[in-house]
Parts: sequence; structure tokens; C-alpha cells
Amino acid sequence: MESDAIIQILSRTVPASGLESVPSGDGMPTLYVAREQLVETCRALRDTPELGFAFLADLLPVDYLPREPRFEIVYLLASLGVAGFGETPKRLRVKVRVSGTEPSVPSVASVWPAAGWSEREAYDLFGIHFPGNADLRRILMPDDWEGFPLRKDYPVQIKQAVKTYEPLQVSQEQFVANIEATRDRARND
Amino acid sequence: MPEHDPEIPVLLTSVDKLVNWARRSSIWPVTFGLACCAIEMMAMSASRYDIARFGAEVFRGSPRQSDLMIIAGRLSRKMAPVLRRIYDQMPEPKYVISMGACASVGGVFDNYAIVQGVDQVVPVDVFVPGCPPRPEALIYGIVQLQKKIDKSKVFA
Repeated sequence: MESDAIIQILSRTVPASGLESVPSGDGMPTLYVAREQLVETCRALRDTPELGFAFLADLLPVDYLPREPRFEIVYLLASLGVAGFGETPKRLRVKVRVSGTEPSVPSVASVWPAAGWSEREAYDLFGIHFPGNADLRRILMPDDWEGFPLRKDYPVQIKQAVKTYEPLQVSQEQFVANIEATRDRARND
Repeated sequence: MPEHDPEIPVLLTSVDKLVNWARRSSIWPVTFGLACCAIEMMAMSASRYDIARFGAEVFRGSPRQSDLMIIAGRLSRKMAPVLRRIYDQMPEPKYVISMGACASVGGVFDNYAIVQGVDQVVPVDVFVPGCPPRPEALIYGIVQLQKKIDKSKVFA
């Protein structure tokens, strides 16, 4: 299915003014979606029977420094061609343009729950915020890390003192309670 | 001093020699592979290279039962506190081998995420160069460590 045909189907539920087809070198249908109507478009992509993009394969930001809008988020979608997950197997690439000053995109975790993890990664490495994501914490870098390493202007060969101590995530009380609970369970068995 | 009965076998040695012999002859490494060097470390302990010949074959799953930590691979900054904690859990005497270019100096990973040399985190006894070092090189490192243990003083 070509991207123009997808836009035509989508325009029944969302305003077509926010959709824009892009020519792609690899033949995969690609379209830009306006940031304001991202979530409703994604929901339409998932729920419209002819489309049925039930599977978010990946979500990745791209840094186009020094261009403005600086970032783009790419959503790689798949329709699996199994009952309940899209009629025919097909793929789609959805892109959103994001400004470089206070970058923020509405979360699509309400549409595809798996997006929550990728959005955390995007936040961790690119510093893009996803309002609506319930658990937007760092996922790869340490919690107290400064800066966003995969941004083009990040000093990659930065030298810092190595942290060699980190308190246990379990407190003494939790640790003892855990051991006692295990012991009680063993006794009751 | 009573007369020695020639039927009873007696071996005389210094405490240093006896203790060092015991320590160097059963160096048990902790199972702690960080990256691709760990593959060579496993090859070293398997039948073809067989570090059992040097008394170091028992990889322990717990730091409490280990004498040696082979840091096999690049150490990320997030992993550094974990490595230090495992090292602190090992009982004395304990030894550290830094295996390969990444563990020793950061290797090709000259970036924000990788510790540029594990001697910033734990004291290292032997550095083994290579990317990755061949199993023979790591065995040589273990033999060097055994020589080092042999020269140590127990009551110093």
C-alpha cells in the first residue's frame, strides 16, 4: 500500500492537513504527521481495519543539528497479517518534526504500550520529553547523569571522575523484611 | 628437644613458602565476564587450554568464594559501582587481572560511557594486553600472578 493511499484512508478520521507523504528511497511508505495530531493519527493507524498497524517495531529520534526543527522522531510500524493484528502484512514509517528548543512530543504509550520503553530511551539519550508517558526516567545512563549523550553537540570524549560507590537500591529494612517473608513462607509450606 | 622418630615423616619449611604455595596453587576466579574478552576467558578454562593445570579452574559464582577477579571486557561507568561492590565482597587475599585493552586503558572506547582503565576502580595486579588476548596470554598473566604471590610476605 502506498503512502498516498494510507493518507486517503486516514483522512476519514483525522484532518488530512497534518499528513504529508514523503518519497522514500527504500520503497517503504513514509509520511510526516503534525505533532498536534500525532496520538489520534496513531490510534487511527492502529484501529482502522484496512490499516491495522498493531505493532510498533521501533521508535527512534534523529538529530539534524543545526537544522530547525532539529529533531525528528521516526515510528516504525508493522501490520502483522494475523487475525486481530492487521489483515495483510505491511510496514509504515511515520515521522514527526520536533523543535530543538524544549523538544517535546506527546506520548503514544496509550496506543502501543511498548512505546513507553523506547520513549524512555529517547528521553535518556536525546533529552526529548514525552508528556503522557507515566515513567519517563533514564534507562541506560546512570540516574544522576548530566546531558544527553546521543545529541550531535554532546562532548563524546568527556572525562569525568568514576563513581565507585552507589547505595544498594534495597534498604536495610526491606532486606530484612524480604528474608523474614521468605523464611515464613518456607515454614508454612 | 626429643629424638626424632625416623618412621614419622616431617617436612620443614617457612610459613611464607607454605602459605604462598597454598594460595598460588588454587586461585579461584569469580565468574565475571563483561564483554567479548570473557569468551577468551571461557576458552582458557575449557578443555583445550585447561587452566586446571595451574590450579585455577574453579570459576565461582559467588565473590565470597573467590580469590581472583578477571575483569574481562570494557567497564561502563554505570557498571563501576557494581564491580567495586563485588570486589569488596571478596575475602582477602584477593587479586585482580585486568584483561584486554578495554579494561586496561579503555581501548577503542574513548568516550563518556566507558571507564578509561579499571585501575580507577579497583587495584590491579596484572594487566594482560591484547584485543582480545589469546587464552595463552591470559594463562601467562595467571602465571605472572602466581609468581607475584610467591614473592609476597605473609606477615608483612
